[in-house]
Amino acid sequence: MNLSVLMFGWEFPPYNSGGLGTACEGLTRALSDKEVKTIFVLPKKVGVNADFVDFRFANLQNVKFEAVPGLLYPYVTAEGYLKALAESGGNDIYGLSLLEEVRLYALRAKAIAKREKFDVIHAHDWLTYPAGMMAQEVSDKPMVAHVHATEFDRGGGNGINSDVYKIEKEGMERADKIAAVSQWTKNIVTYQYGIPANKVHVVHNGIDVAYKPRFPDRLAKLKADGNKIILFVGRITLQKGPDYFVKVAKRVLEYSPKTYFVMVGSGDMEGQVMQTAAYLGISDRFIFPGFLRGRELDQMYQSADLYILPSVSEPFGITPLESIANGTPVLVSKQSGVSEVLSHALKADFWDIDEMTNQILAVLNHPTLQETLSQYGQLEVGRITWSEAANKCLTLYQQILRA
Amino acid sequence: MASVCFYFQVHQPRRVKKYRVFDIGNDPHYFNDEGDNKTNNKKIIDKVAEKCYLPANKVILELLQKYPKFKVTYSLSGIFLEQLEEYAPHVLDSFRELVKTGQVELLNETYYHSLSYLYSPAEFRRQVRMHRKKILDLFDYEPESFRHTELIYNNNLAKEIEDLGFQAILAEGADHILGWRNPNFVYKPKGVSNLKLLLKNYKMSDDVAFRFSEKSWSEWPLTAPKFSQWVNAVNGNGNLVNLFMDYETFGEHQWSDTGIFDFLRALPEEVLKNPDNDFVTVTEAARRYPVMDEIDAPHFYSWADTERDLSAWLSNPMQHDAARKLYELEESVLKTKDENLINSWRRLGTSDHLYYMCTKWWSDGDVHKYFSPYDSPYDAFISYMNVLQDLQLRIKEKLNADV
Repeated sequence: MNLSVLMFGWEFPPYNSGGLGTACEGLTRALSDKEVKTIFVLPKKVGVNADFVDFRFANLQNVKFEAVPGLLYPYVTAEGYLKALAESGGNDIYGLSLLEEVRLYALRAKAIAKREKFDVIHAHDWLTYPAGMMAQEVSDKPMVAHVHATEFDRGGGNGINSDVYKIEKEGMERADKIAAVSQWTKNIVTYQYGIPANKVHVVHNGIDVAYKPRFPDRLAKLKADGNKIILFVGRITLQKGPDYFVKVAKRVLEYSPKTYFVMVGSGDMEGQVMQTAAYLGISDRFIFPGFLRGRELDQMYQSADLYILPSVSEPFGITPLESIANGTPVLVSKQSGVSEVLSHALKADFWDIDEMTNQILAVLNHPTLQETLSQYGQLEVGRITWSEAANKCLTLYQQILRA
Repeated sequence: MASVCFYFQVHQPRRVKKYRVFDIGNDPHYFNDEGDNKTNNKKIIDKVAEKCYLPANKVILELLQKYPKFKVTYSLSGIFLEQLEEYAPHVLDSFRELVKTGQVELLNETYYHSLSYLYSPAEFRRQVRMHRKKILDLFDYEPESFRHTELIYNNNLAKEIEDLGFQAILAEGADHILGWRNPNFVYKPKGVSNLKLLLKNYKMSDDVAFRFSEKSWSEWPLTAPKFSQWVNAVNGNGNLVNLFMDYETFGEHQWSDTGIFDFLRALPEEVLKNPDNDFVTVTEAARRYPVMDEIDAPHFYSWADTERDLSAWLSNPMQHDAARKLYELEESVLKTKDENLINSWRRLGTSDHLYYMCTKWWSDGDVHKYFSPYDSPYDAFISYMNVLQDLQLRIKEKLNADV
């Protein structure tokens, strides 16, 4: 089928700060493999050469890039945005608020939508919904709103930003179909945003490499004395449950003192986490390598004995798949989208410190548990692909084009 | 002449309750879940008694009384019988009624429905003796023939069973064992002189046990007259129709509303309409019919799953680990001479515990999933290994105390 998609995103590896960029890339590549032509609109940061995008995707025949100047990046709070704006020297100031940037993006989208030829519009998360809706108006083409995360996940139950909520809701209402990255997310979309369930389709994220090559053990020295490594990878922010990670660490150390807890990533709760670890008297068992990517990140996964996703509300969670692809088994929060697709994983409610401790200690004490989870996990992850996700998106496109 | 040989397996394990690392050293009770969980053994006995044992026994008794030519064979595991004594003595009485008719044969097996033969021939013999004693105590009956746990069988086992003085043994009529032969004759195991081998006719057995309620099956609905036609068809090319199945077929796997009890009730009359047909017990079949050929089974095989091998219990590292660790305790637990500890150890040898740890999700995956009281094979392993650790501690304590 010769489909053309006008896709609105905001980040791509290696200039991404989380899973959404990875998801956009994975999906776009897979669609490209299926002969779908994508015009990918991407805001560029001030000072960054738009060419990197073309260079990176030079081998993707079916993808054309449009870089839109702007300062958008996905996880920032309004506060952080102002800070970044000031740091950038303010050369490209179009407006002083994040929301104004979003609207500006939408205006730029209007121009692109008028100029380009496409069959469907595909908008990834709230920052691009206004752009998607503008393109929809101008071109009269149908739109898919792809929900990777919602204010409810980000808030972690602590209250939501009503401006963002409004934009999310409007985007979902105006979309012809909604792709949600999990049943967990679909439930939030239907219950919290009042969207009819038959409009929302679950398109689980995927991973493209199920078997990563083995790298030398980065933490070999640390593990030399029989020490074990428990790993956390993600933004150190409320939604990701880093405080639960610390509580679990305390408990585990009571039974298994020779354990290190490695937290890869950075975020607004970093300081708090370090303080809590110190208060609990376990900071000598914690290691904070900062934000890692690529091979360095893979090495961390491979060095670990177990990876934990303690998220309070995780729309999907690609990192457990990355861990398993690196041969390291995972313990995931049941309040995550990824727990829907993995059977060869340990699972617990994010608040159940005791159960997590029970499962972690079992992995540390029984290598065969670790081995079995790893072996069967990798087989399973080999079937959770972007190709599958792309197929589902294609079905959505076909459905809305037929209607 | 076609003799229908019905054999029903009746077994229930003592399921291990959720047992966490914190329970080690603090809770000496492993099988006493009294809550609403799927590991509440009493609840399960009550439920299966209501859906299967009582109504099925009622039908069988009716048939035995109405048709003196109607015969059936049962194997009742020791661990099942003791749970009936504890939780549902009235159900035990209903089985006694059946045996009293004189038309019912009881087979010998290992008391604990275990895989002890694979790990400890001495323990295997002890468990065979224990089962014998139980059958004698409860039914005043001495079994003449044998069936091994889940029909796990090979030439060496046959030799062992002959040495123990039995007349016949059962096994699966697997294609790779039969080759060009059919299961409708009496066979002789390779390497024995007198022992007879009866092989399950899996096609006709599974027609009743699995396909009975499948509306998409070409032969649905299966009626007694139709099935009798198939029995008649064996005349001329076989002596036996070996219908071996789990007793839970009647009411549990095939619910009452599928018509399974009506089918059973109508079957003897239909079969006996043909004067060349009759019903036999296992030992009767072994005595009456000549040996058609020798069967060579050098490697273990079973009636489980499509592979008909040991993979349901011993295919992943966890399962091998658990089994090995269990039998490593044999010497020390027997040394304690503590009935409680030895009893617990033996209960942990029931094959179901390993079955629950099976991770083969691809073929027959759903079957495993349905029959497990745990959320995942990993949960099963974790509770089991924690229990083993506690048992090990108690053994050590006891041996130290005795010194």
